[in-house]
Amino acid sequence: MFGEMIRQKSFGVSVAIFVILLLAPSFLPRFYIYFLAVIFVTALLAMSLNLCVGHGMLFQFHHGVFYGVGAYTTGLLLAKTSLPWWLAFVAGPLAAAFAGLLIGMFCIRLSRLYFGMLQISLGSLIWAIAFRWYDLTGGDDGIHGIPIPDFIASTTSSYYFVLMVLGICLILLYLILKSPFGSTLQAIRDNPERCAAVGINVRRHQLKAIVIATFFGGVAGVLFVVVEGSIFPDLLFWTLSLEIFIMCLLGGWFTFAGPILGAAFIVSLRTFVGTYTEYWTLILGIILILLIFFLPEGVMGYNYRKLFRSRTQYSAEGQTE
Amino acid sequence: MLRIEDLHKSFDDFKAVNGAHLTVEKGQLVAVIGPNGAGKTTLFNLITGQLQPDNGKILLNDENISKLPPHVICRKGVARSFQIANVFPRLSVFRNVQVSVLSQQKLSNKLFQPAARLVVEETNRILESVGLFEKKMDVAGSLSHGDKRILEIAIALGNEPDLLILDEPTAGMSPEETTTTMALIQRLAREQGLTILFCEHDMEVVFGTAQSIMVIQQGSTIVQGKPQVVRQNREVQQAYLGDE
Repeated sequence: MFGEMIRQKSFGVSVAIFVILLLAPSFLPRFYIYFLAVIFVTALLAMSLNLCVGHGMLFQFHHGVFYGVGAYTTGLLLAKTSLPWWLAFVAGPLAAAFAGLLIGMFCIRLSRLYFGMLQISLGSLIWAIAFRWYDLTGGDDGIHGIPIPDFIASTTSSYYFVLMVLGICLILLYLILKSPFGSTLQAIRDNPERCAAVGINVRRHQLKAIVIATFFGGVAGVLFVVVEGSIFPDLLFWTLSLEIFIMCLLGGWFTFAGPILGAAFIVSLRTFVGTYTEYWTLILGIILILLIFFLPEGVMGYNYRKLFRSRTQYSAEGQTE
Repeated sequence: MLRIEDLHKSFDDFKAVNGAHLTVEKGQLVAVIGPNGAGKTTLFNLITGQLQPDNGKILLNDENISKLPPHVICRKGVARSFQIANVFPRLSVFRNVQVSVLSQQKLSNKLFQPAARLVVEETNRILESVGLFEKKMDVAGSLSHGDKRILEIAIALGNEPDLLILDEPTAGMSPEETTTTMALIQRLAREQGLTILFCEHDMEVVFGTAQSIMVIQQGSTIVQGKPQVVRQNREVQQAYLGDE
């Protein structure tokens, strides 16, 4: 079976990449180690968003908020309380999932585009709180120099920590996607009306997907704190949400690993072109236009079509690899 | 099993269903006929909860289901197919059917078990019984129109329904496909003891298969009865079959 072959091939490639990444700190300069860690964090964020966007067709326009809530919760607990670090780390994703549940409950009543619009409004409220509540959040400046536990404080150790958490999260996301829950979510994406007619409570199922996605978004937020040691309101600003949305589209929103590719690309663009000109988004815009015209299913989606063209191979089993 | 009493539904000023009555006994094959726009599809959408009636009762085993959402009605044993081929286009044929089997067995929320190993036997059995087993790895969107319609029935069967509602199961099919599809429906009714309610354009098909026929015109029921009774009904002859 081709499906089996693709599976084995992509498993082999993943293991190879993982091994290279494990060894990376021994031959890469420190800046690139940090740079890779930033990509990992962003990749996890994009992957969590794609559970909603690509596999659920939920227009989660303001996913950055949950990233921010996760980062702020952990960051504030670390900086302002004497609670053990692991409690702060667990609290971040839980707070993000709770915010996801609250905002999701309102948004889920609306369809598609209106869902996204309402989410932007509600998410902006949370941004406003982080921005304005100066005593707690440090307002515009945010909080810097958050005390990170010693064992993950150095660039290399935080790199390994982020890589490990990313690995675990990717495995979990993969399992979720292949589970009956994920299968049903994809069916809802394709045809919500039909799903209701086979006995599925569509809205509740979508809400669960949002809570799961926001939880992983929160995990990415915690990792951000680990890598950067700081929090600031830009984490919850809608432009960031737009960026990760584009990462999903760019990488291939119907594929499993596409968003990682999208994240790597955009973070690189921001880092390297961003040093030459602050107008790096101009290049992003041009790429986006090209994408819409030539690769509507993203880079990974295109690869699938090209490599495995006939009807059996381009199957639903293969698509989410 | 299913009884509909004086059902009404309007869209703005248009009375789509305006006094419909219908009785479906257990084990029967019941057809609804009527000209285009007579309200057949609206009637079916009302029964399965896609639409809510303005007035009237829909009794399933003596329980009024007229205000319930679709997924709840489905869990009470009513499954349906749609008039336009309504499948999951990006999923494989196998997964199309598996989704409804998973839902039927209340497994849709399992998070960390691979779906590929669940309810495989049940799903394969359904695919075999409708003759789609050979195509189970195909993407549903790539199937021919006729096969999509069959797949629709297979999805509905995944819910192990007591009452199966088919909205024009042979619409858009070639004469041969129509014959095989109707034979399939009759066989399913016989073998699985299903109660089937369907609507259809093709007179020959209806009078050849249905045990009871309900005629609807401009949203109102004219008559319901055995085929020969309906055929002889004067009002039906004038309204629908034309004066001869």
